[in-house]
Amino acid sequence: MLADPLNSPEHELFRETARKFTEQELRPRAREFDEMGRFDKSLFKDMGDLGMLGLRYDPQYGGAGLDWSYTSVLYEEIGRSDNAGVTMGISVHTDMATPSLAEFGSEDLKQEFLVPAIAGEMVSAIAVTEPDAGSDVSGIRTRAIRDGDDWVINGSKIYITNAATADWLCLLAVTDPEAGYGGVSQILVPTDVPGFRYDLLDKIGNWGSDTGQLYFEDVRVPVAHTIGDIGRGFQQQMVQFQDERLVACVSSIAGSLFLWEETRRWAEERVLFGKPLSKMQNTQFKMVELFTQLAAAKELTQACVRKRVSGEDATDLITMAKLFCGRVCRQVADECIQFHGGYGYMKESMAGRAFVDSRLISIGGGSDETMLHYMAKQLGF
Amino acid sequence: MKVMVCLKQVPHQDARLDVNSDGTWIQEDNIKFEINSYDTYAIEEALRLKDAGDAEVVVVSIGPDRVTQALRTALGMGADRAVHVNDAAAQGADALGTAKILAAVAKEEGADVIFTGLMADDDNASAIPPMVAELLDMPSATGVTATEISEASIKVERELEGGALEVVELPKPCLIAIQTGANQVRYASLKGIMQAKKKPVDVKTLADLGVADSAGHAHNKATINKISVPAKGDTAEILEGSTDEIVTQLVGKIKELGLL
Repeated sequence: MLADPLNSPEHELFRETARKFTEQELRPRAREFDEMGRFDKSLFKDMGDLGMLGLRYDPQYGGAGLDWSYTSVLYEEIGRSDNAGVTMGISVHTDMATPSLAEFGSEDLKQEFLVPAIAGEMVSAIAVTEPDAGSDVSGIRTRAIRDGDDWVINGSKIYITNAATADWLCLLAVTDPEAGYGGVSQILVPTDVPGFRYDLLDKIGNWGSDTGQLYFEDVRVPVAHTIGDIGRGFQQQMVQFQDERLVACVSSIAGSLFLWEETRRWAEERVLFGKPLSKMQNTQFKMVELFTQLAAAKELTQACVRKRVSGEDATDLITMAKLFCGRVCRQVADECIQFHGGYGYMKESMAGRAFVDSRLISIGGGSDETMLHYMAKQLGF
Repeated sequence: MKVMVCLKQVPHQDARLDVNSDGTWIQEDNIKFEINSYDTYAIEEALRLKDAGDAEVVVVSIGPDRVTQALRTALGMGADRAVHVNDAAAQGADALGTAKILAAVAKEEGADVIFTGLMADDDNASAIPPMVAELLDMPSATGVTATEISEASIKVERELEGGALEVVELPKPCLIAIQTGANQVRYASLKGIMQAKKKPVDVKTLADLGVADSAGHAHNKATINKISVPAKGDTAEILEGSTDEIVTQLVGKIKELGLL
């Protein structure tokens, strides 16, 4: 039998490291991160030391030069951290805010910001959504006006993960209001510049991540901080979205599988009318149905990963996977609450938290409706 | 200096364990395995010697093909070489037979220091470390929580009953059986994992080591008669009341049993 290139002994060893890290460093502190409302920033450095933050990036910047199969392994394990907010905070850094810099950034910009991001010495955030423009990225208003060799930025971004933790932002701003999609650029903005501030937002779920509204008042950064070409921001962000959506699929399904396993454990221990919940046909049938949904979502996600590894265009498949995974996770969380009864409705219950956390998957990184709209066009409607 | 670490691959702590059909061991099919937790501290202690000087760290394990994963993990953590004793005759060897195999490897390697875990998570025997030392006629210390190495000897702290510590100095060559918590075990980094691909794993049989006639399941002096899961008791008592009342009742019960 031919060896599976996506499941080599090295994949298994890396999975072991990622699983141990999750079990020893993340899961025991999951509720502490909820209390803090954010991840412990020092753990980014630990992850950087283990090589987890630059899996696909060029070794000359500290990356591992590997492919998406390793990203998949990492998030299949981190997804089991019992804290969707923490998973989101880490994945925003590795796969939502840094891919454009790694692919399109200048050498100077990569040396100054990508190298420390891969080492875990700097944390990044992606700043796209605005109060009046979310999934409709073309509606953004944050404006960058050129003044000599600087951009002067004014505007606001909202629902931004890592708002308080980030050292720099991958900001999408309008640089030419007359040019439509061609008038938008990605600009790297350090968060210690004058005129930048944030407010934290109070979310119904994902408590372990710091989500905020960002304000830019005459923020001045060099034009050399433009990631890629001026006016190519929209296209570059669309490429970056593919990684964002796929990492969301992988990690959310991993988290749902973990919830399924824990619910099974609960059902085996919970005795009702003289026998364990797991011995009742309703439980067994429901659990099998959920497992089937999860298996389908996982296989669809892995098909996306294989396409990404082979270099094929995976946009359509990732779009459908994002739609499907979000719905499966919501269904699993809903059914698992039911198995837990009153306890499932408690904030401390994993099922209860998953219920509110999973709701985000159908919204963040492009809503279900955005996925549906895109696919309707692709299918010729 | 050559440092040898003996490691055992045991069922993963989260594995669902079932007794096999003849009731003599667990079913090993379809369960995950990992390095015995005690042995991970032994690996870390050896790697610290390497970090501090010019030690070569050789990891050794006995078992079927799956054991490669444990050895590769140790190589990924930073060990230099691995020896894998992969021989069907070694499967199910008792403690003495296993000790003979490990002693034969140590002799061949010319190890100056041998690290082991204090015991194995699966059988809890704690038998093999002193047996290996005895077979090699070298001093040993068990339950070790700290080591300090010098040119000719190793000073160790041993854990005694009641939290007391004993300090012992052993001349090299010697064997040290490490207690859990002795150090902070490192993870295998991605860089380490990729480097481990190129590190050698020597596969040996009992005949290669000259112990085919004395070690292995055919030469066992001890055999496992039966493995079973204890029957569930019905003597649990649920304490009721406010938290303060429950605590008072609990302390009373503990005193009643003479445990306080």
